[in-house]
Amino acid sequence: MAKNNRSRSIVIILTLLLVAAVGLGLFCGAAPVTGRDILLLLKGEINGSGRILLYVRLPRVAGAVIAGMGLAAAGAVIQVILNNPLAGPNIIGVNAGAGFAVVLCSAVFPASYAWLPFASFAGAFLTVLLVYYIGKRTGASKITLVLSGVAVNSFLNGATDAVYTFSEESLFASNAFKIGGLAGINLSVLRTAGIVVVVVVLLLLLFHNELEVFGLGEETAHTLGLPVGVYRFFFLLLAAVSAGAAVSFAGLLGFIGLLVPHMARRVTGGESKEYLLVSVLLGALLLTLCDTAARTVFAPYEIPVGILLSLLGAPFFLWLLFRFRGRQ
Amino acid sequence: MQEKGEIQVCGLSAGYDRKIVLDAIDARIPKGRITAVLGPNGSGKSTLLKSIAGLCRKMTGKIYISGKRMEEYTQRELAQKMFYLAQSHPDSSIRTERLVLHGRFPHLSYPRRYGREDYQYCEQAMKQTGIIRLRDKRLGELSGGERQKAYLAMALAGQTEILLFDEPTTYLDIQYQTELFRLLGELRDYGKTVVAVLHDLDYALRLADWIVLLQDGSVVLEGTPGQVWESGGIGEVFHVKTGCTTDQEGTIHYYFG
Repeated sequence: MAKNNRSRSIVIILTLLLVAAVGLGLFCGAAPVTGRDILLLLKGEINGSGRILLYVRLPRVAGAVIAGMGLAAAGAVIQVILNNPLAGPNIIGVNAGAGFAVVLCSAVFPASYAWLPFASFAGAFLTVLLVYYIGKRTGASKITLVLSGVAVNSFLNGATDAVYTFSEESLFASNAFKIGGLAGINLSVLRTAGIVVVVVVLLLLLFHNELEVFGLGEETAHTLGLPVGVYRFFFLLLAAVSAGAAVSFAGLLGFIGLLVPHMARRVTGGESKEYLLVSVLLGALLLTLCDTAARTVFAPYEIPVGILLSLLGAPFFLWLLFRFRGRQ
Repeated sequence: MQEKGEIQVCGLSAGYDRKIVLDAIDARIPKGRITAVLGPNGSGKSTLLKSIAGLCRKMTGKIYISGKRMEEYTQRELAQKMFYLAQSHPDSSIRTERLVLHGRFPHLSYPRRYGREDYQYCEQAMKQTGIIRLRDKRLGELSGGERQKAYLAMALAGQTEILLFDEPTTYLDIQYQTELFRLLGELRDYGKTVVAVLHDLDYALRLADWIVLLQDGSVVLEGTPGQVWESGGIGEVFHVKTGCTTDQEGTIHYYFG
């Protein structure tokens, strides 16, 4: 049995890097934290720095890890199921659908904080189904799918703006949510989202063979005995839940869901288990590093991580396209 | 009573959405033989194959596989009996061995994990098709011919009695075409029922044991290559002049123009 040794070492390296990035994220910030503060915290004594660590840094870093994982997992699955490398959750409106649901929910039921993740899942899932069926009706080619996604995306963004316009006192700060950021994370939302993302990732790893067979094309998957309709629904549901979980507390972070699965496919070749693991780790790593940079580079000011992601992500993505041009 | 591996199509109308491509056709595909499905573009060759594979909307009619109606099988049972090799595949860069291994997918039960036996079948199939040295290469690194052989190995690893090939030689250069036809012949020797949509009429007539000739969604002719050739139906359907010649080794070659 030949093993994919290269992918295995990449997974290990990424895990170590992620641990290092989390450590860096905890130490860096506007207020200095020392090793002594952590030791004290572990002994149960909380000083000023310990309080910052426990109530500000830790939720924030955890949020970055969870949102990164959730968006990357969603992107990885959607790209396989729709057989389209351009189908990032931010491009085809999945994030926008989740965002619209969150904004609508918080405008209509301002006291319903705990329900936001669920509104977000529902929005993401309905959007991905809608895009899939429009794409199929209009010819099921790669480009019609992306175009219908782009149309749905801009419609939903418009609808979101409309909700803002009609309810100015909405709890959500419009800009911060749209740009995407991890400042001032709501802990109860984070907890729900964290559990959801971990469960989704475990389920995906459990069904990695099915995902890989689906990736061979729907006709081949069918002839191999995979109930294609059921699994398409199942995988899109998982992707929507995962993206929805991330959006519910981190807002509309772009590019992770598009960029990270691309990088993962380049290094693993697309065998599902390695592809999923690398996507998830890379997503968490990238967002943790970017968020740490976003709040330290211009300290004591910070910029929303969504801005940094777009500014870094887009050129990096283009560089990737040029670098690997013609290799596949 | 039908034999194992035989396919019988009765009064089948099939197509996509509301468009009917095949119009109430009857056809028989004998077991353990190579059947070539021939016909001009748009005559419904691929639709016939896809209907048998369960990938098309069936409006009316019945398809019997080994004497049982298709609907009486579960999808998994059918997958263990029959493999359909699609005309084109999405870009994939998984390793060749993984691809071939997925031929064993219909035989897995929950949770779907491949075991020792599956790896053995996979190895055997890669040897048979001559791609064992490519096992750790990614599909994206293979040439068109090598990739087609990898898909063929996937079909073999599944050990199905029936193999449906939708234009298996498209995009292949002559060397790989010849090799592919040789492999199809080997499959017949193992007792498999092989159905292939083919474009190369000369090869089809020489290789196949049975021919189904389609035109405008109807079966025009059905029979052995000899019968089909004698009837002159090929020339009529394709609007070409036909002829044949025998080479020094005694092989008959057909030509069209």
